[in-house]
Amino acid sequence: MKKIEAIIKPFKLDDLKEALNAIGIKGMTVSEVKGFGRQKGHNEIYRGAEYVVDFVPKVKVEIVIPAAMVEQVIETMITATRTEKIGDGKIFVLPVEQVCRIRTGERDQEAI
Amino acid sequence: MKRSLRILLLALVFLYGMVPILGADDMASVPPLAGTTVARTDAAPPASVVVEPIPDPSGAATGGAADVVGVTAGAPSAADMTNLGPKEPLALKLADVIGHNRVAVNIVWTLVCGFLVMFMQAGFAMAETGFTQAKNAGHTMAMNFMIYALGILGYWACGFAIQMGGSGGAATLGGATVLNSEFAITLFGKSFGLFGTKGFFLSNTTYDAVVFTIFLFQMVFMDTTATIPTGAMAERWTFKSFVVYGLFISAIVYPLYANWVWGGGWLSQLGKNFALGHGHVDFAGSSVVHMTGGVAALAGALVLGPRRGKFKADGTPNAIPGHHIPMAMVGCFILAFGWFGFNAGSTLAGGDLRIGVVAVNTMLASAAAAFTSMLYMWNRYGKPDISMIANGFLAGLVAITAPCAFVNSVAAVAIGAIAGIFLCLGVFFVERVMKIDDPVGAISVHGVNGAWGVLSVGLFADGTYGDGLNGVAGTVKGLFYGDASQFTAQLIGTATNIIFVFVIMYVFFKVLDKFVPLRVSEEMELAGLDHSEVAVNAYPEFNLNKTHR
Repeated sequence: MKKIEAIIKPFKLDDLKEALNAIGIKGMTVSEVKGFGRQKGHNEIYRGAEYVVDFVPKVKVEIVIPAAMVEQVIETMITATRTEKIGDGKIFVLPVEQVCRIRTGERDQEAI
Repeated sequence: MKRSLRILLLALVFLYGMVPILGADDMASVPPLAGTTVARTDAAPPASVVVEPIPDPSGAATGGAADVVGVTAGAPSAADMTNLGPKEPLALKLADVIGHNRVAVNIVWTLVCGFLVMFMQAGFAMAETGFTQAKNAGHTMAMNFMIYALGILGYWACGFAIQMGGSGGAATLGGATVLNSEFAITLFGKSFGLFGTKGFFLSNTTYDAVVFTIFLFQMVFMDTTATIPTGAMAERWTFKSFVVYGLFISAIVYPLYANWVWGGGWLSQLGKNFALGHGHVDFAGSSVVHMTGGVAALAGALVLGPRRGKFKADGTPNAIPGHHIPMAMVGCFILAFGWFGFNAGSTLAGGDLRIGVVAVNTMLASAAAAFTSMLYMWNRYGKPDISMIANGFLAGLVAITAPCAFVNSVAAVAIGAIAGIFLCLGVFFVERVMKIDDPVGAISVHGVNGAWGVLSVGLFADGTYGDGLNGVAGTVKGLFYGDASQFTAQLIGTATNIIFVFVIMYVFFKVLDKFVPLRVSEEMELAGLDHSEVAVNAYPEFNLNKTHR
């Protein structure tokens, strides 16, 4: 089992959700996050004075999938969220030791 | 805390102690003046009245046949009433009812407009809170809320008497002649009215329906002034020193200057005494209300110092964006709505049909100012800056407040357009040159444009209105229409405001700071005043901390 954490542009969330649904991903966890990478922050002007927005708003999507699906999910994510402009985000793949569904006590593959 | 409560108590005892002294009826009496009213030829008070006026608490005896004399072009004259009245007794009785109704219309108009102005408090609260940070939202709201309560009490105890106690009442409202005692000194052989002495606690003879109407209308104007510094001093001001401030400005500072302009005091007499136009003319309060608030805000922000993080080590300003721009914008709309009451209501007469011109001039100036401030920021910084447009919009309203009744539509647009530019320049000057931190732009909106508005009367007044204002025959004309002396009067009024209000407020804040510190601790300021100064957190569900470099 693998966990995929994707940091994406906020307005791409709906596209991503639909694309993942289409390949059979049944659940996900979404959070509003802020951060920066090579994109860095940007300057804004308020009442004639500049200020720096260091942390750019992003959306983090977390899903857990069978290891076999990793490549397919990554491809799907890239297709759904890429704009080819700086700040498109990143995808992280992490190993997952155990999964447990609280309601039934099911474990691992059955619990995903 | 105990110490500041003691001071508060002392202040109240002091105010109460002044009542018998100032309320004494043997003070210098002045003949009735028109107050803020632009009396046309209507209902000039009978010259020979010497007897002490009788209060009319129920209002049933207010307004009668005398109030129809000369009201319209075809209205009966005083001679008609004397000569024809006895021959037509029914007509005389009907005239009595018509007079009562005329006064009733004017009182209803004055009250409804006063209610509109009261609602401007909500506009101020939303605008100021929206333009400041989330961590201080409860505190900023609380100041805007409590200034209403504090202001009413201070004004009731003492402020109203100082301001209007010698105004002589309002002709359009058919009475309030009990307000007939002005303390005046004689200089250069002329009388200089300094403050009124009737109406403390609205007691005794001032328990009168018309006096109460005037109280409500004048009180909400005072409160506009009192709430202006809460914006410039937001996000770092201790609540207890704010409470003392609220009582002080409503009971003493505002009423004094207001007396000089609207209560029959010396600035309004400049025309009669020194042939300077109609004296200092301020129709609805560019100087009396807004400049007073703006100058007090300047003194307060100067004493209080900038918010932490506002200026870099080299003195260049950082932006500290407001947390809720939509709230601030709605606040500005509420202010603009209330402003119709502010300006058109200042006729104190629904029967004075100039109200149409006043209201249109008001909206035109705000539109022109919003437009020019938008263009200025867009041109200079690449984008229209919403908060500056909102400030510009208000700056136009502030500027047109004094001239709204005396100018034509082209002048109103010009006054507004210039106000929008002055606003932008004022904000930058205050922040970059004076290094004063004014989170919401109150000093520029109300101070700079209050001065501009009241000066613009002396430039653009076109001579179509204001006949007999402040006891001077003829209409109000500015420099561009041939009366340079009017502009001189406006200059004197403006300079007086800046010097008087700044000095008294600066000294007050400095002294107050010794007894009740004005400034919250660094720790509390960083955490947000909602955590320390008030028992409420505006947004308990989320936690926003932002550091500024």
